[in-house]
Amino acid sequence: MNNHAHIDEHRDDEGAKTGMWIFIFTELLLFGGLFIVYSVYRYLNPMAFHLAAEELDVVVGTVNTVILLVSSMTIAMAITSIQLKNKKLTLILMGVTILLAIIFMVNKYFEWTGKISHGIFPGSEILHQSSQGEILFFGLYYAMTGLHALHIVIGVGFIAYVMWLVKTDDVKHDDYVILENSALYWHLVDLIWIFLFPLFYLIT
Amino acid sequence: MSETVIQNHEPNYLEYKGKYKGIFAWIFSTDHKRIGLLYLYSMLVFFSVAAILGLLMKLELIAPGKTIMGAQTYNSFFTLHGITMIFLIVVPGLPAVFGNFFLPIMIGAKDVAFPKLNLVSWWIYIIGAFIALSAQFMGDGAPDTGWTFYAPYSFKTGTNMLPAVLGAFILGFSSIVTGINFIVTMHRMRAPGMNWMKMPLFPWALYGTSWIQVLATPIVGVTLLMVVLERTLQIGFFDPALGGDPILYQHLFWIYSHPAVYIMILPAMGVISEIIPTFARKTIFGYTAIVVSTLAIAFVGYFVWGHHMFTSGMSGVALYTFSILTFLVAIPSAIKIFNWVATLHKASIDLQTPFLWALCFLFVFMIGGLSGMVLGALSANVHLHDTAFVVAHFHYIVFGGTGYAFFGALHYWYPKMFGRMYDKSWANIGLAMFFTGFNTLYLPMFYLGMTGMPRRYYDYVDKFHGPNIISSLGAILMIVGLIVIITNLVRSARYGAPAVKDPWKGKTLEWTVASPPSLENFDEIPTVTDHPYKYE
Repeated sequence: MNNHAHIDEHRDDEGAKTGMWIFIFTELLLFGGLFIVYSVYRYLNPMAFHLAAEELDVVVGTVNTVILLVSSMTIAMAITSIQLKNKKLTLILMGVTILLAIIFMVNKYFEWTGKISHGIFPGSEILHQSSQGEILFFGLYYAMTGLHALHIVIGVGFIAYVMWLVKTDDVKHDDYVILENSALYWHLVDLIWIFLFPLFYLIT
Repeated sequence: MSETVIQNHEPNYLEYKGKYKGIFAWIFSTDHKRIGLLYLYSMLVFFSVAAILGLLMKLELIAPGKTIMGAQTYNSFFTLHGITMIFLIVVPGLPAVFGNFFLPIMIGAKDVAFPKLNLVSWWIYIIGAFIALSAQFMGDGAPDTGWTFYAPYSFKTGTNMLPAVLGAFILGFSSIVTGINFIVTMHRMRAPGMNWMKMPLFPWALYGTSWIQVLATPIVGVTLLMVVLERTLQIGFFDPALGGDPILYQHLFWIYSHPAVYIMILPAMGVISEIIPTFARKTIFGYTAIVVSTLAIAFVGYFVWGHHMFTSGMSGVALYTFSILTFLVAIPSAIKIFNWVATLHKASIDLQTPFLWALCFLFVFMIGGLSGMVLGALSANVHLHDTAFVVAHFHYIVFGGTGYAFFGALHYWYPKMFGRMYDKSWANIGLAMFFTGFNTLYLPMFYLGMTGMPRRYYDYVDKFHGPNIISSLGAILMIVGLIVIITNLVRSARYGAPAVKDPWKGKTLEWTVASPPSLENFDEIPTVTDHPYKYE
């Protein structure tokens, strides 16, 4: 934000938000491709998907859902607190968001390693002995939650960067559109999880 | 403020001294005009390489049997030719070069909405290009799937597919970022008084294109990611052995890649809609119809992907539906053609080089479009599927459409971009050679396809020999024409006569600023009161 290549810096908060919204559409469509693949294969293999989904731990999934919902709330609160000129609270709330994201990833780590230790991972011997529907279910499970986890990591980086901007006063009570955009991105990550959760954990 | 201090000696964007020197003044510049030229130069390099690959393929096909290369080399050549031409040239081409350069000027803005993002987009483009092209030089041999990366071959082949697929994925990002930037720019930064129906037609075309880029590219992105995962982890998305379905790959791929055809052609139509009124000295006929048809093409383009899969095994109903929808998309294209022709009716035409390019565009684009109708018809398609006819058709559309519009745009806006005029006679000679070579190259392919010569084969039986000789000679003539055209342009950038503000008597906003434009385009943002093509 401090690279003044032009004589007068162009600022358009609404434009910046429009851009972010369009980007969010593209992200939804990116996952949309995977959702199409999921629905096609679920339609073709209803029983196998039903059985495979029972192997996933609903408790871990639920905990992670709650974690993400709370983190979405804290980042939204960070916007309000910057509007109230409370820099310290803003930083705390953003920090909490990142912390929750890390807890989410830790849960994910244990969930994945648990599955992998049971020999359930793409290309494994055990998985290739089970039915085609189960292979596809776990393939989609790893691909979709993996892609989602990648978005979490990017989101953490993005929010950490904005934290730095808040700290150096580049984001202030009258100029905080990038904070809003990072929050929008974070809500997107949350939203996608809200679709992934029932598809993989709840529909058994 | 400080911008009004030195009115008289406002440096133009080529001379402007920023905080970096030398090449860094370019590759770190956030000026939309410099970024446009960065794209132009990088594309010129990639285009030359891919064109030479094309020429080598035609030389291989000049006689039956092995002529200059073996089957595997030929496969990797047509793959690299396709990847480069599609993902590096025609998809980003017109928006990235002329969109970046002229969109802000034509709508009366100082820059795009996100100048830094714009530069990032170029960097992503270059990184993606190098990753994609690196596939040629490392690992277990160059990719040999063709640019469509069809499953299951794309994850079964032992060749070095990963960089090619990942490179295409990264290039998609660049495309999305540019699309978002343009949409926001047009929504937020039009000059006072320029409502949507006073916006020139090239920006309109870019608007439709940008929406396709934004909405369709993510789908191919995730499809390519699935191929990556399939290759690395054997997940089974498209692998029949694991329960997957290769046809699903084709669906997902063409859901993007057919709209992508309109990413390629819409900006081209926009360029032609700029050139024709300028040299006809007439208000364009049916401005509103052209706008509406642009949006209609962008919309209907999403529903026709199935026509790539007529022979892949779809239900009868799906076949009829896609065939009908494919015919539908021809209507808005035809509306545009009729509007252009109507504009030319009783006009006092100035036969300058850009206008000649536009005329040649009309000629080749109509051949391309009509052959598209042949392929859209079910029964004909079954006969012609994967033959040289298809190759001829899409080269007439993609190269004939986008390519001609690209060179037309280059000759049209050249004085504005570089502040100099090119040599008109050499430009016309180059065009004549290129046009003759182009038709000599691709017309025989229609015949070859109808008599049964398949595409992508490096060898053929004797009966196809005659037309192939003609076609290969056409390729040589076309390349010579290209060399003439490019040499003339490169040389004129240095030695050409200085250009005036408005050499063609154009009416849109870019002709009201200096040639070349100053750093911020306008000393004062103009207020628009009239329609963009206001001739008497």
